[in-house]
Amino acid sequence: MKTQQMMSLQVEALTLTMKGHSQPLVGPLSWRLEAGQCMGLVGGSGAGKSLVADALFQALPAEIECQGRMTLNDAPLSPLSMALMPQSIEALDPLAPVTQQIRRFARRNAEAVDPTRLLAQVQLEAEAGALFPHQLSGGMARRVLLALTLATGADWLVIDEPTLGLDPTVADQLIQLLSTLKAQGKGVLLISHDLVRLIQVADEVMILASGQQVETAPVAAFDGSGGGLKHPFSRALWQAQQWTQNPLTIHQGDER
Amino acid sequence: MKRVMVSIVSIVTRSDDTGKSYRLALFMAIVVTLMIWGGGALPDTMMAVNPAQRSLAPSWQHWLGTDLLGRDMASRTLAGLAQSLKVGLLAAALSTLLAMVMGMMAALNRSLDRLVSSLTDMMLGMPHFVLLIMVAYAFGGGTVGVTWAVALTHWPRLARLLRHEAKTLVKSDYVQVSRSLGRSNLWLARHHLMPHLMPQWIAGFVVIFPHAILHEAGLSFIGLGIEPHLPSIGVMLANSLNAMLAGFWWVVLAPGLGLMLVAFGFERLGERLRRQALPPDRGSSGVSPGQVA
Amino acid sequence: MNSWWGRLMMKRLCRLVWLLPLTAVLLFTLVSLAPIDPVQAYVGARMSMIGPEQQAAIEAAWGLDQPGWIRFFHWLAHLVQGDLGDSISYNAPVLTVLVERFPASLALMGCSFLAAFVVGSGLGVLAAACQGRWPDRLIRGWAMVISVSPGFWIALLFISIFAVQLAWLPSCCALPPGVTQDEAHWWQYGRHLVLPVLTLSIYGTGPLILHVRQRLIGFLDGPSARHLRLHGMSSTRLALGPGSRHALGSAVTVHLASIGELFGGSVLAETIFAWPGLGQATVKAATGADAPLLLGIALVTVVVVLLGNLLADILAAWVDPRLRIMPQEETLPRLKRLPWLKASARLKTASRLKVEPKS
Repeated sequence: MKTQQMMSLQVEALTLTMKGHSQPLVGPLSWRLEAGQCMGLVGGSGAGKSLVADALFQALPAEIECQGRMTLNDAPLSPLSMALMPQSIEALDPLAPVTQQIRRFARRNAEAVDPTRLLAQVQLEAEAGALFPHQLSGGMARRVLLALTLATGADWLVIDEPTLGLDPTVADQLIQLLSTLKAQGKGVLLISHDLVRLIQVADEVMILASGQQVETAPVAAFDGSGGGLKHPFSRALWQAQQWTQNPLTIHQGDER
Repeated sequence: MKRVMVSIVSIVTRSDDTGKSYRLALFMAIVVTLMIWGGGALPDTMMAVNPAQRSLAPSWQHWLGTDLLGRDMASRTLAGLAQSLKVGLLAAALSTLLAMVMGMMAALNRSLDRLVSSLTDMMLGMPHFVLLIMVAYAFGGGTVGVTWAVALTHWPRLARLLRHEAKTLVKSDYVQVSRSLGRSNLWLARHHLMPHLMPQWIAGFVVIFPHAILHEAGLSFIGLGIEPHLPSIGVMLANSLNAMLAGFWWVVLAPGLGLMLVAFGFERLGERLRRQALPPDRGSSGVSPGQVA
Repeated sequence: MNSWWGRLMMKRLCRLVWLLPLTAVLLFTLVSLAPIDPVQAYVGARMSMIGPEQQAAIEAAWGLDQPGWIRFFHWLAHLVQGDLGDSISYNAPVLTVLVERFPASLALMGCSFLAAFVVGSGLGVLAAACQGRWPDRLIRGWAMVISVSPGFWIALLFISIFAVQLAWLPSCCALPPGVTQDEAHWWQYGRHLVLPVLTLSIYGTGPLILHVRQRLIGFLDGPSARHLRLHGMSSTRLALGPGSRHALGSAVTVHLASIGELFGGSVLAETIFAWPGLGQATVKAATGADAPLLLGIALVTVVVVLLGNLLADILAAWVDPRLRIMPQEETLPRLKRLPWLKASARLKTASRLKVEPKS
């Protein structure tokens, strides 16, 4: 029990404010993420989900101020103990092959990194190591980004919109991959607006409505019509996703 | 007339980036006009040979000193700049006109397109200054030769750019409709292409202009340009070599500085216009983005 | 021919097949257009001593009485055999003049090329690293000023400062007067090389500085650099490691592609410094109506520039794999103008025309 207590990433009253404004953009947010757990972060577009990731890595734009306490095992949180998988695959260097990029991120890792093993871990062939980013498909590029986060050796992963723009099968595989990582003991903060896939891997889900934390609910609450959810916004969000899910699956055959 | 003045004033006093461009453009236009007018209106006595005042250092009477023949350097620099600007304006105008015609022809006719792109490729593949020398030589040198040399060698990049723009225009629905209504290519070029290509064309002119005057000066310097008896920056600098070796540095400083300042002003203006009107040009041969001349 | 550079070479060779002949025709036409009588240029001041019959005889001997295209093929046939004709101004075969003068030009241009690259890209990296601060402004201003300064004027200023006022360096020729090639020490040669190389390389740094700066800033401000920085890579390491591939890779390409400009600069620099290279010969040929020599030099420079461009293309694709030509990559068939679109457009417009009342 004590080790569980020790290994946790805790955020208290994280508040992001535009300089010169009193109304906060995001927050106050509080959560506690344990090792081997996954915390989901959902919200509509523009709710400030990606800003939260930037805040964790102390990489906010200059005009945004950050307040709050972020600790890792009760010590101040250092960005170097986490790794980020960004939303955009533009984050890959277009002029370097995959293996070389993995090596760049592995420089931080105390242990030696075998790129081939790492690629296998994200279910990519060893040959993919020689490819350049423009030769990768969307799903492969996301896996490479994930491999880069693993290369750093960080125990805490912040994953920002991993399934954006992927077709359903590939997106499901990626989510599957994340639950494997979770099982290996990584603590994952998963930012997504794809609630249906999010709950397949998350243990708890934090819901943002225009920057405000309206609710942190266990996954079990996302069931049926969402009766277990406390806040009306959460229920609406859940119902909306379910509603879009069903007609989409029916019409998919007719479209083409 | 009053309305024109009012609109000019309102444009020039805008506080944003565009207003800045317009102010710079107006300033450069005034400078060029004054120089061409002033250089032509200088009394001959200012530039007359005066053996009593040979190789004087800059003073209140002769701001930029005098040359080996006792001629006032300030007046000669002004007259030389006027000459260079006249040739530069004419050459740049001819060059951009050529680029415009080439670009539109290429967009409207497929076989002409092939011809224009081969010609463009060929011109860009040749060393620029050697081509200038060859064309000037073909016209027998002199003011006529240098004007044609500059005019016939500076169009390819702009033509390539205009061709690209015109081609997207031609593909658009309204041009296709006009065409299917039986409008001639000439009509299409005049009514559909030219108005849209105007901004790029003007930006191209301003970008080409400083190159035109610099290359004119270079050709005149090696003796293939403006005739030696006319005042021009290139010829003045070529003749200044001996005076300079004797230590009279001012004969070199003034003409070059004048040319550089004019070119600098236009380069800055061109830079602004290029940012606003021309898309970055990513050529296959690794030409730096946006380079037109 | 399966590798990407093999395909690139093939593509470029196909281009050369039409580019070179076209260039040769253009150059020959330009030279033939010149309103200069070659006989007069050859005979010079003694023109008054020869009568019209003798003049016609010389013209016939040179084949000048024949139409242009016959003369062109005549010239081409000789060119293929390695005969570029005789230079009037140097009184020697053009090929000999070229071979004699090429090393001096190569030394001057090679040194300038390297110096410009080192200085230009160094300053460009520095400017990008100090983006927005005073070193950046200073370097950018400097690049801007030299790109609009007449190169020959810079040369004259250098002579005025270093050769006349300070008397540190010689201002003329490749060697001290009276010293022959065999007697010369390498340091004498080097001392004479300094000012021309300085002039020529300074002229070449302008665009390079701006290019390197722009590319490096583009990378450092981009998402992939941000991603690396988030995970602990320092800015210096970022600029010198991954950034160098972005900045210097394309800098080499741009620099190689500007070899033509370098030669243009060397024409002026060699004229000013009386450097015994091809540039000086160009001016002498152009002002002395020496058509064969002018043609020869033009051809040589065209080939050099084409080689430079080819090398630039290969390097560009080597550095940036996105530019490589892949075998599966086929150009999409161009869409033919659709006939039905034409018909429907005509219909639509016709109906609209009917409805609208004519004023």
